[in-house]
Amino acid sequence: MKESDYTVRVVIRVEPKIQTGPVSPDVQMKAVTKKKFKYKSLLTYAAFVGPALLFFLVIQILPFLMGVYYSFTSWNGVSSVVEWVGFENYKKIFTDDKTFFNSFMFTTKFMFAAVIISNLIGFGFALLLNAALKTRNILRTVFFIPNVIGGLLLGFIWQFIFVKGFASLGNMTDIGFFKMPWLGDETTAFWGIVIVFAWQISGYMMVIYVAALQGVDNSLLEAARIDGASNWTLLTKIIIPLILPAFTICFFLTISMAFKIFDLNISLTGGGPFNSTQSVAINIYQEAFQNNRYGLGTAKSILFFVVVAVFTTIQVMVTKKKEVQA
Amino acid sequence: MGNRYTKRTFVLEIIGIVIGLIFLIPFYFVLVNSVKPFAAILIDAAAWPKEFMFSNYAKVWEIINFPRAFWNSLVITVFSNIGLVIISSMAAWKMVRTPGKFSKILFVIFVSAMVIPFQTVMIPLMKVGGTLGLTNSIPGLIIMYFGFGVPLSLFLYHGFVKTVPIEIEESAMIDGCSQFGVFWRIVFPLLKPITVTVIILNTLWIWNDYLLPLLVLQDAELRTIPLAASSFFAQYTKQWDMGLAALVLGITPIIIFFLFLQKHIIKGIASGSIK
Repeated sequence: MKESDYTVRVVIRVEPKIQTGPVSPDVQMKAVTKKKFKYKSLLTYAAFVGPALLFFLVIQILPFLMGVYYSFTSWNGVSSVVEWVGFENYKKIFTDDKTFFNSFMFTTKFMFAAVIISNLIGFGFALLLNAALKTRNILRTVFFIPNVIGGLLLGFIWQFIFVKGFASLGNMTDIGFFKMPWLGDETTAFWGIVIVFAWQISGYMMVIYVAALQGVDNSLLEAARIDGASNWTLLTKIIIPLILPAFTICFFLTISMAFKIFDLNISLTGGGPFNSTQSVAINIYQEAFQNNRYGLGTAKSILFFVVVAVFTTIQVMVTKKKEVQA
Repeated sequence: MGNRYTKRTFVLEIIGIVIGLIFLIPFYFVLVNSVKPFAAILIDAAAWPKEFMFSNYAKVWEIINFPRAFWNSLVITVFSNIGLVIISSMAAWKMVRTPGKFSKILFVIFVSAMVIPFQTVMIPLMKVGGTLGLTNSIPGLIIMYFGFGVPLSLFLYHGFVKTVPIEIEESAMIDGCSQFGVFWRIVFPLLKPITVTVIILNTLWIWNDYLLPLLVLQDAELRTIPLAASSFFAQYTKQWDMGLAALVLGITPIIIFFLFLQKHIIKGIASGSIK
């Protein structure tokens, strides 16, 4: 709906632009100045858009296209001879690379757990803050703080919490949860990363959900309440359908953040124990910069791009469809 | 939902405070243990320190060369921000004000690039960066941030420019003001709210970024705060007395930034994501 709104506005705006062009009674003169005018406006267009476009093309698009090419080669990053190997790298990834497959499975599982949990918590926080609490502003700050700290430092912080902090809490309270071998085996390492991710991201999601909740018309809720609707019905039948766009955004953000996880992963578990928590991003990084197999690394990174693109597009399509129905 | 302070609100308030405290526990652990001697951390990490020992901080300050790392992070963040604001606002304004197929296609390309994961670009980028002399240099890293930051910044400006009325620009143009004059003197000041959002989002990203600086900067002299912290942990594994002091030093600047500007930051995050 927004898009069509803009196009209408754009069409209206075209007219004055044309009128500001020089108008000359002489037809030939008109043609010349018109050409000059066009040339000049092209130049200013280039002056305004050029810098952004140049940096963007050189830093992102050129390497991206080169990556597509290198993924069909045996490039090792050092030698100048780059040998074309066709689909060899891709074949290898699909048939003969168990670590990549495992890291892919880990990342997918992690994504589902992380997206669900951080959105549940974030939405819960938003509902909580939407009530007329006295401590609302302080709580908002507290819930949001972890988000301003980068994933790398957070991972180190939580490594300490899991290993030393939880052990102390376990001794103090005798609660089994704290006495588990945190980060020491596959399961606790997996959930460890999920916990830290949720701790970092839910405040962010909360901010988006709060903004959406503030847009919900209070009189609508009052009317429903007078009609005898319970809080649960209000939530599921009115509030959630009304703020579905916020869910689209939050799911989009968390899916792409979780799928691309790197910093937090590398500082919290380093991919261990036994590569069980190695994300795809880490796998690609190591393939290229530690094993020096750049060709194979780029092939993986292209697959990674395709998966991220497909995941996020499907998700946006599905939730958008729901928005329309609602 | 309700505006009156009821019993239910009171219960919610208590729940909120309890969750808030749980949320802060990690900070308690980090702060408290950063001033303990190593042996005391091993005995009981949850206990309040018997004495406050700041020698951990003094040692770490030297080892990671904190002033240097802080300065590098600051320079990179500030100049990347300035450049991104200039190039994206100019491009976005011109693209909105020149409707047509070309602008539309350009916009779609910029925006769809946001889906490309960094890992897909990083390997060939190192080759491009090496050829252009952008590696192992702070200005080089800043130029790379220009390239990576443009799509989101331009997208935000693009959406905002559409809401700015064109009439003022037109009358200024008729009065003989040049395009640059119109943009910098009339349009840019009007873009201030979205400029704040763009700066906040880019600052949180660039200040905390780890992988790009890791790949680009090799000299110890050039390290940013995340790089200094990670190389410290690689050297001093499990030496939590100093490690925690390093973490406190590392997170303090950005937390101060947040606490000072939190109203703008939270507003900026909300508006930046919804658009």
